[in-house]
Amino acid sequence: MSTGTSQRVRFLKATKRVTAHLILLIGATFFVLPLLFMLSTSLKASRQSAKFPPELIPNPWIWRNYSDVFIYAPMHRYFVNTLRIVIPSVFGAVIPSSLAAYAFARVRAPGREALFFILLSTMMLPGIVTLIPLYIIFAKIGWVGTLRPLVVPVLAGSPFFIFLLRQFFMTIPTELEDAALIDGCGRFRIWYSIMLPLAKPALATVAVFAFMGAWNDYMGPLIYLGNRDQYTLSLGLQVFVSLHGAEWGMLMAASTMMVLPVIVLFFFAQKNFIQGITMTGIKG
Amino acid sequence: MTSSIAKPRTQRLSPSKREAISFYLFILPWLLGFIAFTLGPIVGSLGLSFTRYDMMLAPKFVGIENYQELFGDPLFYTSLWNTVYIVLLAVPLGMITAFSIAMLLNQKVGGMPVYRTAYYIPSIVPAVASAALWMYLLQPQWGVINGILKAVGLPAPGWLASRVWAKPAIILVMLWGSGGTMIIYLAGLQDIPEALYEAADIDGAGRWGKLWNVTLPLMTPTIFFTLIMGIINTFQVFSIIFVLTDGMGGPINSTLVYLVYIYRKAFVSFKMGYTAAMAWVLFVVILILTILQFKTASLWVYYEAEGKPSR
Repeated sequence: MSTGTSQRVRFLKATKRVTAHLILLIGATFFVLPLLFMLSTSLKASRQSAKFPPELIPNPWIWRNYSDVFIYAPMHRYFVNTLRIVIPSVFGAVIPSSLAAYAFARVRAPGREALFFILLSTMMLPGIVTLIPLYIIFAKIGWVGTLRPLVVPVLAGSPFFIFLLRQFFMTIPTELEDAALIDGCGRFRIWYSIMLPLAKPALATVAVFAFMGAWNDYMGPLIYLGNRDQYTLSLGLQVFVSLHGAEWGMLMAASTMMVLPVIVLFFFAQKNFIQGITMTGIKG
Repeated sequence: MTSSIAKPRTQRLSPSKREAISFYLFILPWLLGFIAFTLGPIVGSLGLSFTRYDMMLAPKFVGIENYQELFGDPLFYTSLWNTVYIVLLAVPLGMITAFSIAMLLNQKVGGMPVYRTAYYIPSIVPAVASAALWMYLLQPQWGVINGILKAVGLPAPGWLASRVWAKPAIILVMLWGSGGTMIIYLAGLQDIPEALYEAADIDGAGRWGKLWNVTLPLMTPTIFFTLIMGIINTFQVFSIIFVLTDGMGGPINSTLVYLVYIYRKAFVSFKMGYTAAMAWVLFVVILILTILQFKTASLWVYYEAEGKPSR
């Protein structure tokens, strides 16, 4: 009798597990299938890409789509331009943001709480409010049509990253710092030689976020960049869509080239990604 | 041994003053950036909204004319309605999708890291690439989505080519990127102490009882945060729609959202005063909604009485 029940329990548990996997798989298909189609269409001939019913496996395999993209769009140049925005963004996220974050976390000064409140409010400020006057100012000083409007503001550090890093610095015990202060260490030395090494995981998180933000940004380049020589991958891809929208093989090849680095980065920095996202959400 | 403690008299500045100076030096880059790129432009944009300015002639003060014109502009209402439509559907649906997946992923079954990655990756696909991909998938005649719908005997809508289906199509694309919110929920779910569920088991609570009385109340702070940010961000949806509709917000303005309309007025017509007024109206709408949410939070957001100190 008792073996019968335990068998039934085991059977029920197994069914439960199988159902769980089944539901998870069906859901995951909806999320992953579009990307598989992106990849497969990037290797299809144009005849096959618009075939009904749709087919997932390319036949024949057209590797040329990838090289053809470069004939119509200077992807390598777009890539270099994108890096010229991505690198300052990552720098701005790591150095100026962590300086301010450390100060907000540890250095006492009159007005600190008020300034921190202002910083928090700017995180919720819709970007559109500042966009028009900024565009006018940048146009007046001759920056529109250069990369500068996309680079200079990020060098000041971003409120979001400052907030994130501050939360992290708050969790570091003060003992080391107190000892250093008693030894006559200045705040800058403490930031540089104690806090930065301890904050490596948080800095990596912020760097990954900054990379993604700059890599994916579309509105900024759309508004500020002038001619095709300055286009980033986002902007180049959009122009490609509007000029060669019907050449699906090439379009998906170009899209794959833009997505792939992000996915590779995700796999290398998975832990920091997840950590960063949870850090933004948990302390709501 | 030459610290300030050893010979405080010789120090010209008191330690607290030195601290204050370091503080302001440390935050200087942000402070300058804040003044130049945030505070200045906010004030500027408010001033600008009371002028007529086309970037050629000097700005001319026109009082509240821009606001009057705006409230008589049919496209203003169209774009506001399209945006509200998308916010009303995309935000709750996105939260429900993300929450359901997070619940599924919070089970003790093997292969979770693989599933988690699968659900998460679409949310990091750049907006432009995502738009290009979905243009392909949503093609009415031979697209993959309609292929699936036809295969199971459902009607195949015109999606981005249809006035009725274009907004749902965009919401579908946005839902595909629910993974970011999902990760936030998943972390929240994993923070819920197992003991609470065990206690609920002893009380004879079923699956729904546990969801309703344990999980959801404890998740309300996280849900509140994602709701606030979701509304702020969705009101400013731009890139995905701009690329999907080639900058037009079509067909026949059915996906003309607020920011696409601002873009058109600012960078096609160069009506800078008018767009500054538009931006301020949106700002006020978002601000009111955010304040309302904070004011009503006490009715449904549950904060543990003791527990982690709130920062």
